[in-house]
Amino acid sequence: MSMELDVFVGNTTIIDEEVYQLWLDGHSVSDAVRMRLESDALSECEASGEVLHSDTMDQYRTFQMCERLLHCPSKLANQLLFQIPAHRQAMLIERYYEFDHTFAREVLGKKLSKGTKKDLDDISLKTGVALKSCRRQFDNFKRVFKVVEELKGPLVENVQHHFLLSDSLARDYAAVVFFANSRFETGKRKLQYLSFQDFAFCAGQLISYWTVGAVDNMMEDMDVDLEKEFLHDLKDLKVLVNDKDMLDQHKSLVCYQLKGKIKAFSEMEANFKNLSRALINIASKLTNTKDVRDLFIDLVEKFIEPCRSDKWTVGDLTLFLTHYTSTAHTLEMFRFQILWERYMGVIKSCILKMYHD
Amino acid sequence: MPGKLKAKIVAGRHLPVMDRASDLTDAFVEVKFGNTTFKTDVYPKSLNPQWNSEWFKFEVDDEDLQDEPLQITVLDHDTYSANDAIGKVYIDIDPLLSSEAATVISGWFPIYDTIHGIRGEINVLVKVELFNDLNRFRQSSCGVKFFCTTSIPRCYRAVMVHGFVEELVVNEDPEYQWIDRIRTPRASNEARQRLISLMSGELQRKIGLKVLEMGGNAVVGYLQCFDLEGESGLVVRAIGTACTLDKLSNTYTPATAINPCNSSPSKDIKDSPQAVPSALGCRSTHSSPVHSASSRLSQGFSVSVPTLLFAGMKHRHRSSDGPRARQCRAGFGEEAPGVPLSSGPPTPLRAQTFSSFSPSKSYSRQSSSSDTELSLTPKTARICLSPSSPTLQSKSSPIPTTKALRSTTPPPLHVSQSDTAMLRKSVSFSEDLLLAASGMGSGGSAGKEAGPLKALLRQQTQTALEQREFPFFTLTSFPPGFLLHVGGVVSARSVKLLDRIHNPALGNTRSYKLLDWNSFTADEPETRDAWWEEIRQEIKSHAKALGCHAVVGYSESTSICEEVCILSASGTAAILSSRFMQDSALDTEHRLSRQQASVFTSGAEKGEGDMGSTASLGFEDLMSPGCAFCHIPYDELNMPFPAQLTYCHCCRRYKVPDVLFTTIDLPTEANVTGKGCLIQARLCRTKKKAQGEGNATAISNLLPFLEYELHTQLMNKLKLRSMNALFGLRIQISVGENMLLGLASATGVYLTALPSPGGIQIAGKTPSDITYEQHISNMQKKINDTIAKNKELYEINPPDLVEEVIGSPIPEPRQRSRLFRSHSESSDEVSELDLSHGKKDAFVLEIDDTDAVEDIHSLLTDAPTPPGFYSCNTEIMPGIYNWTSALQMFTSVRVFRLSNVNLTNQGLNKVFNDLCENLLKSLYFKLRSMVPCCLCHVNFTVAVPEDELIQVAVTAVAMSFDKDQTQENGRQSIDKNLMKAITENEDQLQFPLELSAESSSNPLNSAKGLSEVSGPLPSARVSSLEKASPLPEGRSRSLRSNRSYAGSSVTVVKMTPLSFIPGTKIIKYLGIINMFFIRETTSLREEGGVSGFLHSFIAEVFAMVRAHVAALGGNAVVSYNMKECVFMENPNKNQAQCLINVSGDAVIFVRESELEATPPQPHSASAQTSSSGEGT
Repeated sequence: MSMELDVFVGNTTIIDEEVYQLWLDGHSVSDAVRMRLESDALSECEASGEVLHSDTMDQYRTFQMCERLLHCPSKLANQLLFQIPAHRQAMLIERYYEFDHTFAREVLGKKLSKGTKKDLDDISLKTGVALKSCRRQFDNFKRVFKVVEELKGPLVENVQHHFLLSDSLARDYAAVVFFANSRFETGKRKLQYLSFQDFAFCAGQLISYWTVGAVDNMMEDMDVDLEKEFLHDLKDLKVLVNDKDMLDQHKSLVCYQLKGKIKAFSEMEANFKNLSRALINIASKLTNTKDVRDLFIDLVEKFIEPCRSDKWTVGDLTLFLTHYTSTAHTLEMFRFQILWERYMGVIKSCILKMYHD
Repeated sequence: MPGKLKAKIVAGRHLPVMDRASDLTDAFVEVKFGNTTFKTDVYPKSLNPQWNSEWFKFEVDDEDLQDEPLQITVLDHDTYSANDAIGKVYIDIDPLLSSEAATVISGWFPIYDTIHGIRGEINVLVKVELFNDLNRFRQSSCGVKFFCTTSIPRCYRAVMVHGFVEELVVNEDPEYQWIDRIRTPRASNEARQRLISLMSGELQRKIGLKVLEMGGNAVVGYLQCFDLEGESGLVVRAIGTACTLDKLSNTYTPATAINPCNSSPSKDIKDSPQAVPSALGCRSTHSSPVHSASSRLSQGFSVSVPTLLFAGMKHRHRSSDGPRARQCRAGFGEEAPGVPLSSGPPTPLRAQTFSSFSPSKSYSRQSSSSDTELSLTPKTARICLSPSSPTLQSKSSPIPTTKALRSTTPPPLHVSQSDTAMLRKSVSFSEDLLLAASGMGSGGSAGKEAGPLKALLRQQTQTALEQREFPFFTLTSFPPGFLLHVGGVVSARSVKLLDRIHNPALGNTRSYKLLDWNSFTADEPETRDAWWEEIRQEIKSHAKALGCHAVVGYSESTSICEEVCILSASGTAAILSSRFMQDSALDTEHRLSRQQASVFTSGAEKGEGDMGSTASLGFEDLMSPGCAFCHIPYDELNMPFPAQLTYCHCCRRYKVPDVLFTTIDLPTEANVTGKGCLIQARLCRTKKKAQGEGNATAISNLLPFLEYELHTQLMNKLKLRSMNALFGLRIQISVGENMLLGLASATGVYLTALPSPGGIQIAGKTPSDITYEQHISNMQKKINDTIAKNKELYEINPPDLVEEVIGSPIPEPRQRSRLFRSHSESSDEVSELDLSHGKKDAFVLEIDDTDAVEDIHSLLTDAPTPPGFYSCNTEIMPGIYNWTSALQMFTSVRVFRLSNVNLTNQGLNKVFNDLCENLLKSLYFKLRSMVPCCLCHVNFTVAVPEDELIQVAVTAVAMSFDKDQTQENGRQSIDKNLMKAITENEDQLQFPLELSAESSSNPLNSAKGLSEVSGPLPSARVSSLEKASPLPEGRSRSLRSNRSYAGSSVTVVKMTPLSFIPGTKIIKYLGIINMFFIRETTSLREEGGVSGFLHSFIAEVFAMVRAHVAALGGNAVVSYNMKECVFMENPNKNQAQCLINVSGDAVIFVRESELEATPPQPHSASAQTSSSGEGT
């Protein structure tokens, strides 16, 4: 004796957020039922396993049917099959596109290809995110990437417009897309300490200041790529280290400003030229795609690690970078003020974000 | 050539990819009406084509307009091979044919394919230009409005209720035609869908014609059903109540419910004798009170009598019937306060004897008629002819099983069912029962033979007169004053053998001919008509037996298994305000000029005048309005069944039965104590597999027992809840190969007017055994506890009862000590009442056999509804008034496979019971977020699709109510304080009268009425839930958040099985929705198994209904009903098929809050268009 068929269809589609989350997390029906039985929230309903099973099955089926629509969220508002109030639609979409940062961290900078998809079971094992959920998240990345890749205009807005996501989630997606597009190296062991949020922040900075859209108020090109011209111009900054006078002058100015203000002053003084050289070298190499990809590892290896070994505090670093940037303007011979500002602004905030254990 | 249909194909969206190579589609559209087809251009390589076609114009007869749907087919153009169909849209243009309904159909329709489901959407514009047709002999009935709603629609006023209309059409089922073997499943499904669409169109048109003939302009309570008889064909039949409706100029309908009128029924006293006797006369001519077994036998089995022989009778019949029928026709103005009089029903108590009362006490309105009627004429034989076809298909033998049943046991009053069994066996069986009966051969009735005879002679153009032979009303709730007394449930069943039609014409028409079924159906509808006629006659006679001249809340249904078909009909015997029957003058005038609404209005006014004057006569002037309908309509000396009569607990003047069963909704004026609840009786009986006649016999033998047991269960459960009346009773019997399922659902309430039910006492048979006694006393205790709990749960504290037993456990004293009880009761009642209590003891359940144990078991296994939930199967729940507008309509279907083939009856019962209980539990769980809420109009449908499968489908609406808000409205105060209620009612009575008289001339006045009346209505509080949804389109768009939903153009459409939406006013009815869909799959597993398949199909059906409503410019469907859900599967072949038929009324509603603030702005269809255009 068995239930052959068991369905419940409401005119307004009933969505249980809790079950939705379980579904999104990739739990099987039986797992979900077990978890619901254990949770306290339902104890007052005195729901039996049978009832919960039936309910969960229904919900899962509903989600599966909705999934097709969620792949193109704008369809959800236009479709006729499910009558879902607008705020529920927004919830469905937002939750569907939400992702685990630990998972995203693993995928960040990787090519969103079939090859990567095959590695998802490893990532699943490593992050503890269920494989099903990994696949959904990966597919979301890929889908958003595909749609946004060729679009003009601001990346975040594009994501938001096409996928109807909240602002913060759209920013995160922009970061993922940006990283996937530029294929930044994030997997090196030395970068492991950085979280998704760190990278997302950096991506935000890069998108805001270093892409074509950043200066040009969009249209022409897309937001996904860094501005070639700008990267090329960065070579000009070499003068700061190549010109001995300028380097010395820069150092003295910075030292003057910082004297007494930072704890690691002596280390800074000793290391100034190395640090400055590191930053300028990174800048000048950015014309190379390969070096662009290594931006973060370079920052860590060449700048952050030395500072960390010298036990700079965040405060020290902030002051240093602030004055390192501003004093360059006072150098008489230095003509690339705007370029410098654009470069250092991003580098400074990225370094500060990345400077932690 | 009186009509021009215009269609324009605007655009498509979300089309499926038809060309794998390009991932795109080259779509074009064919628009077909009748035999004319137009095509759009191909819109290449797009999934969102913009055709923007010209207007395609079809010049057609209005007859075709009514019958045919507009068929839109979306195809993918293919240069080299045949074009692939993407899907179709059928648009019923009937709503455009009535001037008061929609003017344009415009919107996005899901493109539906029977194999793939919904595949994208298409935007279509449809208009109709109708030319006036003055042809008297026209075959069309454009303009007649149809409503599924079983009450007078909210924005109309009933001028006249003409009565029963019915029609059926028959055709071959395309699925069973030879051609089906060679065509694709898709073609076959589409042929069926189209055929049914055509047939319903034709049916509706024919019914419309009948209505016009009767002088009406609308059909209310329209119920259309399909019988898929397999090999023997497809029957589409419909019943309804013809009315003359007036649109209220104001959007508010006065008196829809709120005002019980308490003026007196004077008129009906005068009239009824007149009306009824005429009926009697007619009846008597035909009734052959043959009741000897032998005669029955001889008649029972396929005696074919030459038709001619009866022609004379038929004539007579017709003539005698005429006047009466006309009188039965009732007309009324809704605002006219009538007197709800009326009375009660029979109640079958076990082990009770008939108690008589002093007749002097009660004025029996019907005495003359009922005397005659109840003279214990045993049920007569029915003569049945098999119509010309040589087969035996229609023999009906009157099987007195019913009667027998009725008498043996507590006549389940509601079950005056008759099984027309076809076999001798059954006859003799019933004979036995009859003998066993205690000699109460109650209300037999006569005139059986009339039906079939008539049917034989019946012609296509049957006169309205003949139709009114059935004073039936499909309405379940009535304008105040229409329903006087209620007698009880009457029902009839008949088992028939379906047979293949042996009609030579068929041979020729084998090939698929959609439009030309008339050629071969000449014979068949006759047969089916005769069957139904027979049953209706039976119902009518049962009603007579109850002293009633009308049947309300009438419905018909079938259950088919292989070649056996059970036809069932049931309704509630009632006495309607006879004032309406006298209006013969009015009637003639009416016939002369149908358009003169003014005549009727004046008639109605006249009626009111009369009533006023008669009220002064003092007849029943003390009768409180809330109890009158409970008063018995039959003569207490000749009661049709044993019942305990007492004096009405409200007015103390008239007799009421101790229990009342009805199929109607709770009258709004009824006085109810506490809240109500859903009560179900469920039963499963095994049956041996058999073929043909053997099978039919077996079934007819089982039926009476099934009904009896269902009835007993209902009684027990009712008592257990300490209630005394059932409303909305619906008994469904479903037949399968090896079992019969019975499911009775009703809403139990405590009617203040009826006596408080005794408890349930368990009596053991062998008192010697101590453990046994203990067992019994344990059970007794459980039962008592349950009763006490239920009283608390449903807030049943009848005032007298409270006085009676202060501080002691309520049920016990009543049961245990008769002395105490009678003493206490007499203390607060008129002394004469004592008599009535003599026999009224606790309801005794004897545990002497397994059946009883089973009964008790099932009694106690019903899980209580979880806190915060109530449920009922009627429109409204007594005791709950402050509805919020949050509502959720849903359909849930379960199919259970019995793996153990050798189940016993008990085992089966348990399975079935658990199935229903678990289903309810699941529903409560799903809807927990809506608490406090009530499941209203819970409609269970059971079926036995295959040998070991039981299918249960539920459609209902969950409505939230506001718990804290204790709103003192008129209705509530009735419950609490009768006196106060009466005065209030009187006050309220004032303005409806005023309104009706002056509404046309004085808008101010009616506006005033509006504001006044809206006060006591359920509050229009808008819950937070509500905000999310359905503001009228334009509004919601402007409110849309800045988050860009790329043009959300989808109108929110509410659906509800009720006739109203709380907190809103329906301002326009746009037409009837009647849709039939087939879905089939050959990749069941891929679609998520049977559940996945059905889930998406039901969702698709909802979507299509919503889309059609939105295209008509509406924002809700009321009186929604899923009439059919036939599911077949073959998992081994990975296939499944499902047929769903739904119906409802498309409406525009506005929130009451908005109505007050701004004048209602029916958002027009054009607004709709523009907004939907945006969505592309």
